[in-house]
Amino acid sequence: MNFAIKNQFSLKHAAPFIALIGLILLGSLVNPHFLSYSNLIQNVATRSSFIAIIAIGATFVMAGGGLDLSVGSMAAFTAGTMILFLTANEQDAGAGIIALSMLLALAVGLACGLFNGLVITLGRIEPFIATLGSMVILRSLFTYLANGGSLSISPALKEIYAPVYEGSFLGIPIPLLSILGVGAVAAVLLYKTPFGRHVIAVGSNEDVARYSGVSLSRVKVLTYMIQGLCVGVAVILYVPRLGSANSATGLYWELQAITAVVVGGTLLKGGQGRIWGTIAGAFFLEIIGNILTLSNVNVYLIGAVQGVIIIIAMLIQRGINRR
Amino acid sequence: MSPDQSNPMKENQGLVAFQLSKAFGENLVLQDVSLIFQRGKVHAVIGENGAGKSTLMKILGGYQLPSSGTLALDGKVLHFTGPKEAEALGIVLVHQEILLAPHLTVAENIFLGRELRIGPFVDDETMNAKASALLSNLGSSLDPRARVENLTIANRQIAQIARALSGRHDFIIFDEPTAALTPVESEAVFTVIQNLKDQNCGIIYISHKLDEVKRLADTVSVLRDGKLVAQQPANKLKAVDMAHLMVGRELGALYPPKVIRTNSEVALQVENLIVPPSLNNANFVLHKGEILGFAGLIGAGRTELFEGLLGLRPATGRVSLGDKFNSVFSSVAAAAKAGLAYVTEDRKGKGLLLNLELTPNLTLSTLQQFTNAGFIQHRLELAALDVAFSRYDIRAKSHDLDAGRLSGGNQQKLLLAKTLQADPSIIIIDEPTRGVDIGAKKQIYELIASLARSGKSIIVISSEMPELIGLCHRIVVMHRSQLVGTLEGSDINERKIVTLATGTEKQAA
Repeated sequence: MNFAIKNQFSLKHAAPFIALIGLILLGSLVNPHFLSYSNLIQNVATRSSFIAIIAIGATFVMAGGGLDLSVGSMAAFTAGTMILFLTANEQDAGAGIIALSMLLALAVGLACGLFNGLVITLGRIEPFIATLGSMVILRSLFTYLANGGSLSISPALKEIYAPVYEGSFLGIPIPLLSILGVGAVAAVLLYKTPFGRHVIAVGSNEDVARYSGVSLSRVKVLTYMIQGLCVGVAVILYVPRLGSANSATGLYWELQAITAVVVGGTLLKGGQGRIWGTIAGAFFLEIIGNILTLSNVNVYLIGAVQGVIIIIAMLIQRGINRR
Repeated sequence: MSPDQSNPMKENQGLVAFQLSKAFGENLVLQDVSLIFQRGKVHAVIGENGAGKSTLMKILGGYQLPSSGTLALDGKVLHFTGPKEAEALGIVLVHQEILLAPHLTVAENIFLGRELRIGPFVDDETMNAKASALLSNLGSSLDPRARVENLTIANRQIAQIARALSGRHDFIIFDEPTAALTPVESEAVFTVIQNLKDQNCGIIYISHKLDEVKRLADTVSVLRDGKLVAQQPANKLKAVDMAHLMVGRELGALYPPKVIRTNSEVALQVENLIVPPSLNNANFVLHKGEILGFAGLIGAGRTELFEGLLGLRPATGRVSLGDKFNSVFSSVAAAAKAGLAYVTEDRKGKGLLLNLELTPNLTLSTLQQFTNAGFIQHRLELAALDVAFSRYDIRAKSHDLDAGRLSGGNQQKLLLAKTLQADPSIIIIDEPTRGVDIGAKKQIYELIASLARSGKSIIVISSEMPELIGLCHRIVVMHRSQLVGTLEGSDINERKIVTLATGTEKQAA
């Protein structure tokens, strides 16, 4: 085997992780507290879980050449449905009801994904437009459910449910375990199954996939359903955090998820998917914010600095890919 | 330069090519060709694929320099360094592929990159008026405000011609302008050419379609293997004579010996297959162990026939494999299940994932073979790639190269390997050696012959007649969306194919 070529490829693969490590080193220089367990694991990793898990789903959609702009609204709508279900079954408050509401969140996410997938494949509508439509629809439905305000679960329910977000297992917070668990399943699905290979093929060249006997519609619909399922998982972690959902829930999550995916090395035009890169990308975004907060940058400017750093990261990555 | 160049160069008006030769490495594609193109005349240059027509054109259009020889215009020797210089002197090449922006209007395309302006703003009104004048000058009533995407292929061709002719144009080289057109659509292009001729332009017309050449040309020059083998007034030549002149290649050992078929078992029977609008009612039979050729001009409907059969285009008809009767297949996957595989002519666009490595390409159609409990076993894939490398003699610097980095021949072998991975019993190969060097060609021919010997049934679609003649047991010829004849045994020769494919059988009789 030719190692020169192998090495060049692995640099391409490793780039997001190298960037992440570089950022962590930078953070440890800026603030000694940065590298602590309570900051890096309990704070940063836990907070990034929603975007990371949604971005894992987005990796499938984007690797297959699609795009889903509706994930933020979908998260809000799913959270709203979940909270209404919990509130309606208040009298039976307990682990059973929580578990049922979790299944409901997964089902709602899955249904939203199926809807997106069918509009795109059967309706032959561009993913950008189709999911822009569902983004507006789902946001409006949430606002309707919340009657323009917010939806909350009772303190009693929140107390039962809270450990799902706040708890940990062997010292690892459950949200971080969830990221790793979803990531592991996703990686196996994308890298080790015929379905995953078909996703890459469809994203790389639809005609080649079609002429090779791959069903384009089936593959595409499934990627949007996986995206919906990931939104469901993210919502299961999100609801116990504050015990409520409001108009800010899920806002700009689609943009953050897309950024995480692209920073992680997945091509925006499809034909390549990097699950672990996406997770690194989500951490990367959260850590930038964290470092800026720790170094007392004006809170209103954090977004601007984040944006600049993302663009620089992408320029470096393009340089590597062109070599 | 040749010492006696003064003679033809100085004494002849018009565009003169004198003793042109062109070599690519050791490969001599044009050898000592001298031609005179005059204003107000249509001069057709015909020849088989690889005869040197396109090289000659590119030299005339300034796209390539000759290895030796001279070009002159009205007695003045020319030294082009690029197509812009040729265009400035009024020598323009109308490309075969349509190179227009589909979302822009006809006028916007004609003036693309050299828009007329009023101050900083584009002057649509004047451009539309000028485009309109240009088009009517060509004898076309095409609306300059029409968007290219809404035009028929023929009108796109007209728009493309108009774009090429928007500057000075004394000599116009047409490279198979009707290749993608139906006979009816081609009429519009003929009108344009007639108009240009009447305006005293010199036309250099390159085409495979001999009936068109017969109709349009004043003079016909025939190239074969890079040499000028004949030049005659068109009215003294019949289309069949032209075909005769084009033929004459030694097939030699390029093709493996044909095995006489003893098995008359039917492998595939197709009845009443209709693929609108490209194919009317096709009926044919493929036998076990047979190599069946499909000949015809570009646009005759050959590719469409098989894409329809395999569910890649809407089609109707009856298909029987052995004793099972079906309608056309609903998808490539359904066809594969029945043992049918199709190798596309468009290797880069529809055959291979150029930006992925070799293994995912090899196994894409047959991933189930490489799974265990639903998971892909990369080890099995790598083993299959090793087997494919040795069986099909695929040559690559490394196993983890992207498919796009392979040479044309190796890409074609990989595509064949990918298709054969499913072990199909019926293999349809569209243009098996397009863009493939001669060494790989020979290997592909041997592969096709050995597949047939092992009892597989093969259909070869090809625009290269020698290939069909060298390989096939029988050849079906298509013309204008119809199957017009089947040749067998001693009837298989280039003349018969050309007469059927060009619809000139009446003249031949």
